[in-house]
Amino acid sequence: MLCQECQKRPATVHMTKIINNKKTELHLCEECAEKRNDFNWFTPFSINDLFNSLMDTGIPSMAIDRKSNLYCNSCGMDYSQFKKTGRLGCPMCYKAFNNQLLPIIRRIQKGTQHIGKIPKKAGSELNVYREIQKLKAQLKKAVEREAFEEAAELRDRIRELEKRQSQEN
Amino acid sequence: MRWIREEGPLGDVVLSSRIRFARNLADSPFPPNMNEAIADAVVQRVRASILGDASPVKDDYQFFAMKDFSPRDRQIMVEKHLASPDLMEHPERAALLVDKSEQISIMINEEDHIRMQCICPGYQLDEAWHSLDNIDDIIESQLPYSFDENLGYLTCCPTNVGTGMRASIMMHLPGLVITGNMNSIIQAISKIGLTVRGLYGEGSEAIGNIYQISNQITLGVSEEEIISNLKAIAQQIIEKERMAREALVQNGGIKFKDNIWRALGTLTHAQIIDMREFMTLISKVRLGVDMGIIEGVSSKQLTEIMILGQPAHLSKYYQEELASISGDLDIIRAKMIKEKLNV
Repeated sequence: MLCQECQKRPATVHMTKIINNKKTELHLCEECAEKRNDFNWFTPFSINDLFNSLMDTGIPSMAIDRKSNLYCNSCGMDYSQFKKTGRLGCPMCYKAFNNQLLPIIRRIQKGTQHIGKIPKKAGSELNVYREIQKLKAQLKKAVEREAFEEAAELRDRIRELEKRQSQEN
Repeated sequence: MRWIREEGPLGDVVLSSRIRFARNLADSPFPPNMNEAIADAVVQRVRASILGDASPVKDDYQFFAMKDFSPRDRQIMVEKHLASPDLMEHPERAALLVDKSEQISIMINEEDHIRMQCICPGYQLDEAWHSLDNIDDIIESQLPYSFDENLGYLTCCPTNVGTGMRASIMMHLPGLVITGNMNSIIQAISKIGLTVRGLYGEGSEAIGNIYQISNQITLGVSEEEIISNLKAIAQQIIEKERMAREALVQNGGIKFKDNIWRALGTLTHAQIIDMREFMTLISKVRLGVDMGIIEGVSSKQLTEIMILGQPAHLSKYYQEELASISGDLDIIRAKMIKEKLNV
């Protein structure tokens, strides 16, 4: 097939356009295709459209949220407002809208676990937090085993870490 | 700005390398959701983290509140890539910290509380990353960042969450455009989590054959991975671009050279040049310089002219002349080129 536009080169770009149920087909060579605006790959594409389309693609939980009028306790941001703008209100919105955001994040990102840089200060808090969680698990096991001496020791270490944590905050 | 003044590694294809981090304070609402008092407080805190007594870089940075500048002066910062167009959407709340070499700039209250970026000339993503990482640590030692152990750095828009990092390379790709390969490259790139943008970032058109390639995904990948992925792709594009240029010179012969020299002729002798023609001509002449066809003009000069030829720059630096020709930027642009190339 030859290009419909120049009638010289072979048509390598094929496009079907449907506007108001009217179908038009185009068969062009790359050169002519590039000249036509139909093939403008640089149409600016807004993030809002992206979010809207991501959220309207039938994730079942979404439909429920439309009625329940979810909002963030910390900043008052309404979930429906986020859907319009694609912008959250404050860092706490991530917790408030966790169930809604995770499926979206999973789609636009590579998973939902950060594996990059950990800030030193916030990170040291994170490390303390992780340590406390670990010790608490050990404490529970020690109590179950009725190893009370060990449990007391663990409890003291947890208290110490928690004190450090509250001082840092 | 260093990337405008200097030519960096692989400068025949890569104009600049940029790393950007998005960071937020844990205790304040994001900029689109903040009132004036909170916005002011964020500006003052970020300012103090860099310019305060405890900061090791306090003598290296300058502070600018956007509301103190005219729209034209703000536009000049955008044209130099010191700040994003979005920062200027809300001058009443926005501010900027810039280091002396104008390599690192820290935007305050853009979409996130802090958007810091480092732009290096040529192909230097690692250098840009290390410099920015250092500034990030300095700010973080003073301010409570909003960080989640699962989602990483929390950002206003979930497209930036995780590392909050955008790495991008600005490339001049006339060879791939002329040989008709650019569209397929753009399509291939978008399939592997990278995006292609124009000279002025998101939503801007790729004029003058200049493209910015950057990562789209920010969560679930480390900073090193983002950079090495981008580098791997960039290296392939650089190689293909160089091959395309060689092919153009080989197959185009005198016609190709004629086209390049005519571009220089028009650029240096035209009396009126609009933005689109200007960017097209600069691209052709730059290609000529990089291929050793044109001598006596450097690509460094061309980058400088490219920035000076942007509307806000012209209207600031040629204020008086402009008044006499009823503000026609296309005429003054032609004049500026002649001055800069000593014609």
